Amino acid sequence: MCGIAGLIHRGKSSNVGSELQGMLQALKHRGEDSTGYALYGDTDGKNFIMRFKVGENVGEGSSSVMEDVSVYDERKKIVDETLVEMGAKVVKEERTLPYSLRYEIDYDTKDLLDFSQRIESIPGVEILSMGKSLEVIKDLGNAKMVCDRYSLDKVVGTHAIGHARMATESGVDIKSAHPFWGYPFSDVSVVHNGQLTNYWNNRRVLENKGMRFMSECDSELIAVYIAEKMRHGATLEEGMKESLIGLDGVFTYFVATKDSLGMAKDTMAAKPLVLYESDDLVAMGSEEIAIRSVLPQEIDTYDPFDGEVKVWQI
Amino acid sequence: MANLKTVSKKSKAQSMGMHTEVLTGRTQQKFFNPDEAENFYYFGTYDVDFNKRTELDVKNMTAPEANKEIDNLMSQGYGTIVIKNPQGKHSLGVGILNKLNLIFEGSLGYFGMGSCDGPIVRINGRVGWSCAENLMAGKVVIEKNAGSCFGAAIRGGDLICKGSVGARTGIDMKGGTIIIGGDAGAFTGFMMQRGRIIILGDVGINLGDSMYDGTIFVGGEIGSYGSDAVDSELTSSDQDWLKRKLKVAEIGENFDVSKMKKIVAGKKLWNYDNLEPTEKKGAI
Repeated sequence: MCGIAGLIHRGKSSNVGSELQGMLQALKHRGEDSTGYALYGDTDGKNFIMRFKVGENVGEGSSSVMEDVSVYDERKKIVDETLVEMGAKVVKEERTLPYSLRYEIDYDTKDLLDFSQRIESIPGVEILSMGKSLEVIKDLGNAKMVCDRYSLDKVVGTHAIGHARMATESGVDIKSAHPFWGYPFSDVSVVHNGQLTNYWNNRRVLENKGMRFMSECDSELIAVYIAEKMRHGATLEEGMKESLIGLDGVFTYFVATKDSLGMAKDTMAAKPLVLYESDDLVAMGSEEIAIRSVLPQEIDTYDPFDGEVKVWQI
Repeated sequence: MANLKTVSKKSKAQSMGMHTEVLTGRTQQKFFNPDEAENFYYFGTYDVDFNKRTELDVKNMTAPEANKEIDNLMSQGYGTIVIKNPQGKHSLGVGILNKLNLIFEGSLGYFGMGSCDGPIVRINGRVGWSCAENLMAGKVVIEKNAGSCFGAAIRGGDLICKGSVGARTGIDMKGGTIIIGGDAGAFTGFMMQRGRIIILGDVGINLGDSMYDGTIFVGGEIGSYGSDAVDSELTSSDQDWLKRKLKVAEIGENFDVSKMKKIVAGKKLWNYDNLEPTEKKGAI
């Protein structure tokens, strides 16, 4: 059991960091092994924002192997050197935690595949997100703990999706935590609640097509599956509709791009989702109490039906 | 081991031919005796006055605290309780085994009104998954939409949703009536064993999948039939019953019930014979 939540403001920005924190904290009983945020902040759109990690959180409850902190510094140094080699200029650098970094990069490219492959060829380094608006922040603990650790409550933006995770089929670590970046697409992220039963079959096919997997978490398949469809010209909505046939199992998932937010529910409707929709705001979550954290007044909500796909624009 | 025997002293119901056997042992059945009604005590119930009304704001309460307070108010004789600010909390109003007028001014989360026996409930909002699960008797009316597993395993009572409901409505139900004013999702009536479901709108795929018994009435389009769910003839008595039920439910007053589809179990999946109650129980 995991919990997912998302919201999109249409025509305006809001304090999405704080709002998503409230939604995810309301769902913490669905799992607090790890919590992740995909925040689409207000930026000038000039530079790429790269969130990446050079190690794992090895705190209490982690399934990761303990490493000396000095290893993180060595990996960061290699990342810096590689960026220089590729002609990418780091405009701003933040190191929130020893293993977690945020770079604003001046880099002129539309194809992030080569860029990502070179960065991730450095052992122990994983790009959590890459985009001009998207920032994926994920770590162990519940929503409030992660929000406080990364000071997310002041992030202003248009939309966000998040995930409160109870680890079932893979480790308690950052690499298995949601959201997943839709590698190698700029500003694409995914969160998922459910189980995919044809994960390995799909993974083998996609890996043969050159797609990359960083974890053994079945949810990562959704991000890679949709990214591969988009790589061949499908729109987000088309990719999501195809996933209802191509992915087997029970699932409800959200996908976000720079200017849109979508949801999909499997044909058996086995995983919960409650949705609130108005002209200026769409909020959705695994349970109504998540929506109530941002809309405490009486509102009309509903459960999307089986096999339903919806996409909203900002 | 259950021991089947004929009792010499018959109860009133038995003497009327309603029961011909009694099980003793672990699964012993006890029949209600009108002569002993005065001594009858149903654990956890109170004498309440419907005209004695109060309000309860649960905004800053947990679900267990709110439920205890409802119980406390019933013990003081309040027969009409209005709950303010439920705000989507889970498990509100569970386990009420009393006659009671209960009104929620807002929406409930999961498992609202679960395992109840007797109350008349009106929810002026939406309900989450598994509303009124295991309802034994009473009436629950939801003014807006409902989540999945609506009325799971109910055994009696009327469960009414004026909006649309999610998937697996009436899953495993064993009695009672579920009435939906809008649409219903996939697997409606999944494995239902008895009772009736009425849907005025459309219904999703796999309607009545693996249903053992019971009846489903659908006013709109059907996504697909589930395994062993088959059409049946809508009789005039069905139509009379539907009109009566919809009137009581305060929905679909002008709905043309003559055009509804009636779906029942094809009974091809039955892997037991009709003699089971007597012969097989004796052999256990």
